Amino acid sequence: MQIFVDAFREGWAALTSGGIIDVWTIVITSLRVSVFAVMVALVIGIPVGLVVGTKRFIGWRAALIIFNSGMGLPPVVVGLLVAMTLSRRGPLGFLDLLYSQNAIVIAQVIISVPIVMAITAASVASVPRELRLQARSLGASSMRVSLLTLSEARMGLLAAVAGGFGAIISEVGAATMVGGNIAGQTRVMTTAMVQYTRMGRYGYALSLAIVLMTIVIGVNVIITSMQTSAEKWEAEGR
Amino acid sequence: MTSGLSISGEGLRRTFKKSGFGLDVEYVEAEAGSVLAILGPSGSGKSTLLTVLGLLEEPDAGTVRLGGQAVTTHDREARRKMAAVFQRPYLFKGSVSANVEYGLVSHGVAKSERRSRVTAALARVGLEGYEDRSALALSGGEAQRVSLARALVLEPRVLLLDEPLASLDPLLKEQLTRDFASILRDAGVTVVYVTHDQNEAMVVCDKVAVMKDGRIVSVGTVIEVMDLPADEWVASFLGAEAPLQGEVTRVEDGLIWIGCCGIEIAAVGDVRPGQAVLFGIHAEDVLLFEGGHALPTTSARNQLPARVIQLSPRGSTYRAVLQVGGARISASVSRSAVREMGLLEGSEVLAVFKATAVAVRPLADSEPGSDASASGLN
Repeated sequence: MQIFVDAFREGWAALTSGGIIDVWTIVITSLRVSVFAVMVALVIGIPVGLVVGTKRFIGWRAALIIFNSGMGLPPVVVGLLVAMTLSRRGPLGFLDLLYSQNAIVIAQVIISVPIVMAITAASVASVPRELRLQARSLGASSMRVSLLTLSEARMGLLAAVAGGFGAIISEVGAATMVGGNIAGQTRVMTTAMVQYTRMGRYGYALSLAIVLMTIVIGVNVIITSMQTSAEKWEAEGR
Repeated sequence: MTSGLSISGEGLRRTFKKSGFGLDVEYVEAEAGSVLAILGPSGSGKSTLLTVLGLLEEPDAGTVRLGGQAVTTHDREARRKMAAVFQRPYLFKGSVSANVEYGLVSHGVAKSERRSRVTAALARVGLEGYEDRSALALSGGEAQRVSLARALVLEPRVLLLDEPLASLDPLLKEQLTRDFASILRDAGVTVVYVTHDQNEAMVVCDKVAVMKDGRIVSVGTVIEVMDLPADEWVASFLGAEAPLQGEVTRVEDGLIWIGCCGIEIAAVGDVRPGQAVLFGIHAEDVLLFEGGHALPTTSARNQLPARVIQLSPRGSTYRAVLQVGGARISASVSRSAVREMGLLEGSEVLAVFKATAVAVRPLADSEPGSDASASGLN
């Protein structure tokens, strides 16, 4: 058990007073990359999910299968494909993005977009068609009807945010492959944890694990409390 | 208060490939400021007709006219002159006032005006002070009132109501039917009111169109449609008597006498002797007296010997089917009268009704004479 006590002591020191590594630089990089990636994923995933969830078109079933399959897309496969695309000989090699934060963002967006799309589609599909018809009958434009549909499905959208963010903040494979784990630049919490564990610096890895778990739990606490407080108000009236 | 606009549909067709159901309406019109009820059983196409008229669904063919002008689903200005209330209220998540305000935002009404209009609309449906409540915590009746307020607040020229009271319990339904009728009369808008309940339709509407299998099979005022249903199916759907067919034998003292199945019935109408007619007698207008007893003094011209061939309870009354000569008519009899007269199937009675209780219309050439009266002639 001494190993846990020692690691916790070292990790706590790294978090509170600094040490050989700057834990907080890694945390901030992680947050910056993942928050930006999830925002891009929401901007792409919500409108597409809305269309798939509310309209029927040629290829609709195929689109749904692709999005649902995309939810189980292995991050290392995404990492590999993005690394090849951005490599010097790849089609987007001229952009010189490999081993940058932007490369991690691209990979993370690809990982989280299917999750956001699929959860959004399922949520808006549960909003009755008649409710949209009702809004139209009150003179609403297509845009307002769409916004109303999203608002009615907001519990599901919060789940989409949580699902998308959770998938990428804790993702390690793609971030390593396209980010390169460069200290001060592309080193994020998960890649740093892998490295410090390999080096036997369990304390540093543990300090990052504590921060990562706090963030994941914190995000879910906020989202769950938003869901339950809204549900409570809707059920109880005033 | 705004004035209503007429709304009509001409040659409306809409086919659903999956179910094979097809709407096929030659012509339907709700005159400006009137209430048109569209009656019909489930699956007859009432709601489809309403969504097509309301420009919420594109027909495969046909024209919708609003105030005489042809309009389409892309015509947002036309859509803004209408508002709809559906069977389930479909209130949006949020407060009651946010729901009622929703359409006003779409209509570009200024925020300062929105508040006062929401308050007034809620007062109109009897929900003063409900502004800040959650819309999803209301009872069924309250929710339907909010749904009506949400439509009325827009001051639409045409209001489309799709079975707005169907999901409520009978007591609440009766109360809200009266409230709706009064609110709609005061609002002065044109109303298209879809329902499968003729009692609701009779309280609320001026004209009735009856639908079956996507088509309108009968249209007219409530009295016209109910008193003399177009055919046996309409009669059976409305719970009314099937029309009888006869011929006017003579005209005397302002009365016409109709010969039918070996009997003669006095009626009031502007029909020539020799003219074939359809006629019907409302069960509620037929009085029964015991055969062989002296009749009380009555001005009723029709006093016909009859035999009770069927006696069945209908709520607080009994429905007696009578064989009168070769024809069958019905009488509505109170439970106490059945007891006092010792009425049974097979009882011989005297059926008494006034000439004015007989609804008559000439048989049009296009009508299948024998079919229309099949059940009555026997």
